[in-house]
Amino acid sequence: MPIKSYLAHPHNGKKEILTKAINALEHCEVIPAENENLLIVVTETDNKEQEDLLKEKIENIESLKLLAMVSGFNTK
Amino acid sequence: MYTSLTNRRSFIKKMAIMSAMTAAATMFPGILFAEEQEEKLPKGGNLDWKKAPCRFCGVGCGVLVGVENGKAVAVKGDPKSPVNKGLCCVKGYHSVMSIYGKDRLTKPLVKKNGKYVETSMKEALDLIASKMKTTIKDHGKDAVSIYGSGQWTIPDGYVASKLFKGCIGTNNVEANARLCMASAVTGFLTSFGLDEPMGCYEDIDHADVFILWGNNMAEMHPVLFSRLLDQRLKRGVKIIDFATRTTRTSMAADKSIIFQPQTDLAVANAICYEIIKNGWVNKSFVEKHCSFNKGLTNMGYGLEDKYKFKDKPEKIDFEAYKTFLEDYTPEKVERISGVSAKDIKYMAAYYGDPNKKVMSLWCMGMNQHTRGTWINNLVYNIHLLTGKISTPGNSPFSLTGQPSACGTVREVGTLTHKLPHGVVMKKEHREHAAKIWDVPVENIDPKPTYHTVEMFRALDRGDIKFMWIQVTNPMVTMPKLKRYRDACKKEGRFIVVSDIYPTPTTDIADVILPSAMWIEREGMYGNSERRTQYFEQMIQPSGEAMSDTWQIVEVAKRLGYEKQFYYKEETHIEEIYNEYRRHHEGKKHAMAPLEVLKTQPGAQWPYVDGKSTKWRFNSEYDPACSNGEKFHFYGKPDGKAVIWQRPYEPAPEVPDKDYPFWLCTGRVIEHWHTGSMTRRIPVLHKAMPHAYVELNPEEAKQMQIRTGDSVKLTTKRGEIILPASVNERGVPEKGQVFVPFFDENMLINDITLDAFCPISKQPDYKKCSVKVEKV
Repeated sequence: MPIKSYLAHPHNGKKEILTKAINALEHCEVIPAENENLLIVVTETDNKEQEDLLKEKIENIESLKLLAMVSGFNTK
Repeated sequence: MYTSLTNRRSFIKKMAIMSAMTAAATMFPGILFAEEQEEKLPKGGNLDWKKAPCRFCGVGCGVLVGVENGKAVAVKGDPKSPVNKGLCCVKGYHSVMSIYGKDRLTKPLVKKNGKYVETSMKEALDLIASKMKTTIKDHGKDAVSIYGSGQWTIPDGYVASKLFKGCIGTNNVEANARLCMASAVTGFLTSFGLDEPMGCYEDIDHADVFILWGNNMAEMHPVLFSRLLDQRLKRGVKIIDFATRTTRTSMAADKSIIFQPQTDLAVANAICYEIIKNGWVNKSFVEKHCSFNKGLTNMGYGLEDKYKFKDKPEKIDFEAYKTFLEDYTPEKVERISGVSAKDIKYMAAYYGDPNKKVMSLWCMGMNQHTRGTWINNLVYNIHLLTGKISTPGNSPFSLTGQPSACGTVREVGTLTHKLPHGVVMKKEHREHAAKIWDVPVENIDPKPTYHTVEMFRALDRGDIKFMWIQVTNPMVTMPKLKRYRDACKKEGRFIVVSDIYPTPTTDIADVILPSAMWIEREGMYGNSERRTQYFEQMIQPSGEAMSDTWQIVEVAKRLGYEKQFYYKEETHIEEIYNEYRRHHEGKKHAMAPLEVLKTQPGAQWPYVDGKSTKWRFNSEYDPACSNGEKFHFYGKPDGKAVIWQRPYEPAPEVPDKDYPFWLCTGRVIEHWHTGSMTRRIPVLHKAMPHAYVELNPEEAKQMQIRTGDSVKLTTKRGEIILPASVNERGVPEKGQVFVPFFDENMLINDITLDAFCPISKQPDYKKCSVKVEKV
């Protein structure tokens, strides 16, 4: 049951669009920075396959420039 | 205590958020997240939160450690700590994970026929005592030595000094702080007669301008740097980064000024020239509180064995000093330093403006310098000429790198020439120590023996036969490392290493003792702002691990010093601290009682009449001032601070046609020093898995080197291959490369130079010449 956190860098001017797009996905929580072009994304999934699929979905969002993992825990 | 899975998942999720916020803060200093999100972070749950100073750097952040079922499981910043006000950096948040690495040393190991064999702690301690006895009998007391650390707790260093200096009678006591703080110490002693900053972190809340001298504070002191950024948001303060390379600090600063290596000496003199030329000298302050000295020049660089140097201070007057500075006009210095005259004048104008409070901050850039004492003196000159010192916000501030470099190495005095109060050379200081230690005064040798580099050279020559190394990793950190690694392996040497994990230093040990780490035992650290902080034992040590303090006490008893080492196991930390406090009695250095340290996040010495002293030498705050004036620099017999005439002199090894680049080494935010703890924290290890060489992007392009390509670095000491880093974290100037030293698999110190400051004996890890090739 993985829990992972990421730093998501939006393309210039796309922070709000990216926030909305990730928020629309299940198993995701987004915390946008107030004063920088950066979002924190936390994912909480049931298994590795689901996690990989979710990551792929996030990476396919057009307003996303870069997704970098910070920490990963497995609570099983 | 029961924790449901839901609670645990919720807690872990919050930890994941916290890790990401911390990582974000290191990339974007000053980044803010909505308060309601921060409020979601763990606040306690079922955990038992206990206070401690952080295990890692010299900032000395107060942390709260969450303990559950006998295990330390979480860390958060202590909101009550005036140091960090609830903040933590990425290393601090993950610090407890470094306790639980899979390869913790849990049993003593003795090398037999080339292999390590497990033994009992009793047998290992018996063997160490027996080796010490026979070495002293066969080769004399100066054949045994101890090499400790700024990560020693105060009791560790105190019992080491008492055993070696007081009981055995050798001054072969050194610590790795010689490699990081010695120039700061000699800078303070020569300018003020007393060690450690006169100001405190609260200066940050008052200063208008911050000038960082060769100090990548955003990565090395991130919590303090975030306090600077916070002040910029609140009050619009200015931050100027004066450095040799572009770093995250440069990127976050209001202005980045780059200088050529070693020329900070010339720029500091040029700032003083400008201050005098423009009439910005605080004349009444200088007349009342300063004297002028010059010392010897062309001192050499300590490159040869048994090198000796003693400065000969000579009084001069203001006019002579003013004439000396004529060689340092901004225009002349521009040619040496690469810093434009305009930028020199820009910095001088801030220092000279009577309406601006200025804080200068520095760490390794000024200390790891073959003229480290001089550059410390020169920055004090600027503050003394303008009278911007010892008042809130006006503060020359030397930052430390280790959690107790100040508390243990500098205050307990675990350097060859030092005693807990004073120096071995002075009879009254020896008498004071001997009385408290309950040893004959004749036991304490009046002559210092070896500073760190010379101690390892003595081991190489065979003058030292036995060395006990605690809480440090010299087989990664010594400059010109290969010589000293080979020295440790020589026949007839006996090396004991106390540590928590296997390292390149345990690899050369004859006996390895497993040490109890940080909150597995009780102790105190002292940070950069004279703050002593206590931590209780929160968890049981791993396996048979024992505190470094108690290891030394056990050996001392076996050597026959039961009378001096009378401490009881259950109360020894309290007994040792109370004994140690006696050395510092009096208004100039009184330490807070233990019961005070137990109830609050530390206290700053001098601790007099139940109060910490925030600003020394200022009679408004410092009860030791007694001259009836606003300021009293009582460390000097005449009560005056010294403005030093110190010239610019070049580095011992400069780029030439064979070795055309400067090599600078340093740290990274993810790893604590040699990485022996932080590389065992998966998140940090993954974030920064190995060392690299940073290249200037234009030069990398010319050499067809891209990030990840293998690059060979060659100096006169050897060669090493590292992956390239181009336009990533830091950007060196043309003609310079940078390599971090945390990676034991890529030992950059194999090729660095063991030149040192002749006064402080601190090596310069920032400058030697190197050839760079793509392979």
